[in-house]
This record gives sequence, C-alpha cells and structure tokens, in this order.
Amino acid sequence: METESIIQNFKDKFASDILETQIKNQKRIIVTIKPGSLLKMAGFLYKDAGFRFIIATAIHTKRGFEIHYHFSKDSVGLILNLHVILDKENPEVESLSNMFNASNWIEREMHELFGINFLNHPNQDKLISEGNWAEGVYPYRKEFKSNSEEKE
Amino acid sequence: MSRKTLIPIGPYHPLQEEPELFKLYCDGEIVKDIQWVTGYNHRSIEKLSESKTYEQVFFLVERICGICSTSHPFAFANAVEEIAGIEATDRAKYIRSIIGELERIHSHLLWVGLAGHFLGYNTVFMWAWKYREPVLDLFEMITGNRNSYAMFRVGGVRRDIESDKIAAIRKILSDVKTKTDLITGAVMDDPVIHSRLKGVGILTKQDVIDYGAVGPTARASGVAIDVRKDDPYAAYPLVDWKVITAKAGDVFAKAEVRLLEMYESISIIEQCLKGLEKEKEGDIMVKVNEIPEGIGHGRAEAPRGEVFHFVLSDGSNSPARHKIRAPSYVNIATFKKSCVGQTIADATITLAGVDPCYCCTERMAVVYDANSGEKIMNARELIDRSISRSHNIMEELKKNK
Repeated sequence: METESIIQNFKDKFASDILETQIKNQKRIIVTIKPGSLLKMAGFLYKDAGFRFIIATAIHTKRGFEIHYHFSKDSVGLILNLHVILDKENPEVESLSNMFNASNWIEREMHELFGINFLNHPNQDKLISEGNWAEGVYPYRKEFKSNSEEKE
Repeated sequence: MSRKTLIPIGPYHPLQEEPELFKLYCDGEIVKDIQWVTGYNHRSIEKLSESKTYEQVFFLVERICGICSTSHPFAFANAVEEIAGIEATDRAKYIRSIIGELERIHSHLLWVGLAGHFLGYNTVFMWAWKYREPVLDLFEMITGNRNSYAMFRVGGVRRDIESDKIAAIRKILSDVKTKTDLITGAVMDDPVIHSRLKGVGILTKQDVIDYGAVGPTARASGVAIDVRKDDPYAAYPLVDWKVITAKAGDVFAKAEVRLLEMYESISIIEQCLKGLEKEKEGDIMVKVNEIPEGIGHGRAEAPRGEVFHFVLSDGSNSPARHKIRAPSYVNIATFKKSCVGQTIADATITLAGVDPCYCCTERMAVVYDANSGEKIMNARELIDRSISRSHNIMEELKKNK
C-alpha cells in the first residue's frame, strides 16, 4: 500500500519529466526520465522521500549510453530505478555527487570505463586504473576488444 | 597555511594481504585528509560475466571474494530468479540460508581476530581464528569445500544437506556458541579494548546516509537496514530473528554489532535445520528452461552489508550486462569521514573497522605501456608467466635435493 502511494505521489509531482514507467511488481519499479530532470528527481527521492542511493549501472546499447540509478526505500524493500538514455556521441549528464557522497566513486568509475562525462563532478580522476591505463580507452564499451579477442 | 606530512599505508600493506594504498595527509599526529588508491588488481568481473553462461557466472562471482564467497552467488541467484520468475523450493531456501549464516559466523570471527591483530592484541587473533576452524570444517562436510562452496544455481542448490548430517551440524554449532560467549565476554569486558575502540572512528547517522553505507557499518550508527528484513529472500521470512543495532557509531559499536549478530546467525541456522527436517529430502531444484529477456535486481546481506547485483538479460544464455556492487565499495568511502581528525595510531583500526574487502571493490589485469598506450600483456599471459615461474622454482628445488 505504501509503495503505491509513493509511486503515485512521484508520478503526480514529475508528470512532465517521466517518459515511461515500468512497474514490475510492488518491489521493483523502473522510471525512464529525461536526463535534464535527473538532479531534481534524485533530490526528491533522497531528501524528501527517504530513499537510499545503492549504485548506478551504465549500459552501452544500440540506443546509446543508458544509466540506471538504483534507489532503495528500505522500510518497504522497494528498489526504484531512475533510467536515463544519453547521447551516443557525447554522453553527459549532471553529477549527483554534490548532493550525496555515495555516487562519487561510481560516477568516476563510469567516466573511466564508459567515457560518460559527469557535469560538475568534484573530482573525475581515475578510480581503479590510476597510472596503468591508456587515455581514451574505455574497456566497458561494446567496441572494445581484449587482446585475446583481437587475435581471433 | 600549515604544511602537511604524507604518510602512506601500502600498497604492500603491513597487515592485510591485499594491495591497497591509503595516503594519510597528517598535521603532526592528526590525520587531516585521506585518499584511497586502488586498481592494483582489477579483474573486470562485470565484463567477463558477459562472456559466460548463467551457470558459469555463479563460479565467477563466487571468486569475487574469498571470505564472503556465498553472498555474491546468493544475490546473483536472486537477480536471475527475478528475471525468470521462479522461486526455489523451501528445502533449497533453508539450505541457502544455512550457508549464508554459517558464512556470516566465520567472517565475523575472522574480523574479530584481525581487529585484535590490528590492535596488537594477538590473543584475540589466535582465539578467534582457532574457533573459526570448526565452522570451516562444517562447510567442508556440507559442501565439500572450506571456501568457495559452489552451492548455488538458478532455481535451487547443487547439494542437499542429508538428514544424517544434521546432528553433527548441531553439535558444532553449540560448540561455536560457547566459544562465541567466551570471545564476546573477553572483548566486551576488556578495559584495554574499551580504551582503544570507544570514541574512535565515529560515523554519525547522517554520514551513513550521505555515503550510503551498509551492513554492520550502518547498523553500528543506528541505521537499522538489513536486506534480510527489508527485502526478504530465501528462508529469512520463515524464521524469527532480530536486526542488531548500536548507537555510538564508533569501532567498538561495530565490534559489538558483529559479535551479537553471530548469536542471531546461530539461532537462524537452528531454526532452518528444524525446517529442513520437515521437508522432503532431495527436493532442492526447480527446473529452469530458459532465462527470458528482462531486468533483475538481486540483493543479499553479506557479512559486510548489502550485495547488489543488476542483471540485464537479452534472452540469450549469458547476461547482456551484469553490475556488481559489493558492500565494501560504499563502506570504504566512509574513511574520509571516520579517519579525519583521528591520530595516526587510531587510523589503522578505523580502517579495519568497516571490515574492508579490497578484492570486492576492484574487479582486468592488462598491462599497458604508459607512453604509447600499447597493450603489452593480457591476463592470460600474466597467468602463464606466473605458472612457468612456479615451475622453474620447483625444478630448481629438485636439482638442489
């Protein structure tokens, strides 16, 4: 019951920012939104609705770069994904790290592995490959080939 | 502007086995800022996972961490079962929970030992590791392995716990309980431990929410989050237990939460064993034909906190994208809050306080030339080099005999 009112409230408030809502069940919801609305919607979830930021997943697909921001409402066991689809050539989106520290590392990691640019991020230095990785090589992109794949 | 001294801990850590580098920026004795450098052994498990079938991924994710080697398969099973819309049998659920809780006991004992070691209190280290040994024996009896148990698969578990083993499990558990009493008593009453741990490395409730910390790190600061209660899976909704929390948020509170959690784990296992006796033996698998297209979120409460797996399936036999978030990834970030303002001597135990697991946090071994950007060596070649090295050493030893 609580889940429904949370979702209804969320949908009413941001009707013009939501592109698509996919309710898989009472505990798993995926909301596709306009990238420009990310900051205010994530801010609402974190500050007003009591959600916790779990992590974000970047995916390289035919549509471009997609990011799922996973938020958890622990009191009801709900996972809500804010899903944004970014431009193929020039993927960039507003950083959430000025609001909460939880997204700081994962945004650095996505920048490093996928080459997605996070605007206004406090520090986009490399997180996991400092000093031993070539510039401009994004290993989690689909076009990346490892040594063994290249030999084939 | 005052000048700061840089004190490095690592990359070869004086105490822990895993490579990591903490840069402590100090003003006199006081830590003013901390930076964490990692990437010494990034294994790219998320990318590897895309080249493996769902059955193989279980063995892969099990190797993310040697200590909590069952929590990753646990979360992955939850994610894939969500996509396929299947539910394991009750017997399989009980077995899953038993393995999960046994792991929590051995992991918490390991932490208590290491924490003692960090403090220079090696008696606790010896005790805790000695009493952890029977739990590993138990694992060997149930799963065939002391670590990396290979018990999970989509739709159930690989091995049954036969009824004739239950009595032996109960016996070892009651022994572990007595020993836990002993260690809890020793740690909670020891004035030296009190003076070393109380008021050290405090994380407030707000810090926990800000950094999104999970597990005992969050619960010790009064944030009662536990996936087993909040988003129940496996047999956790079928048994009775409570979430342990503490208020202080210091390292002592973290130790307290972990020690008391072991009692809850023992109680959960006892209830699961009762549940097992009611179910028909051998009923441990649900047949799964195919994994449809879709998105799955799997969560499991590892000893260190919530493990989160996101799986995107395109209908083929391997994941199209697999994102893994281990608990240490968010917990280690809290050092920026908990270490700053501490003395250098307290920094080490504060770093140990979240029970950091570096291999969980880094997951591609490729060697690049720094100037040209050319790949010099890949993971396979690195392994081959390592094997031939060991081989050479063995040959040499033979010659010298």
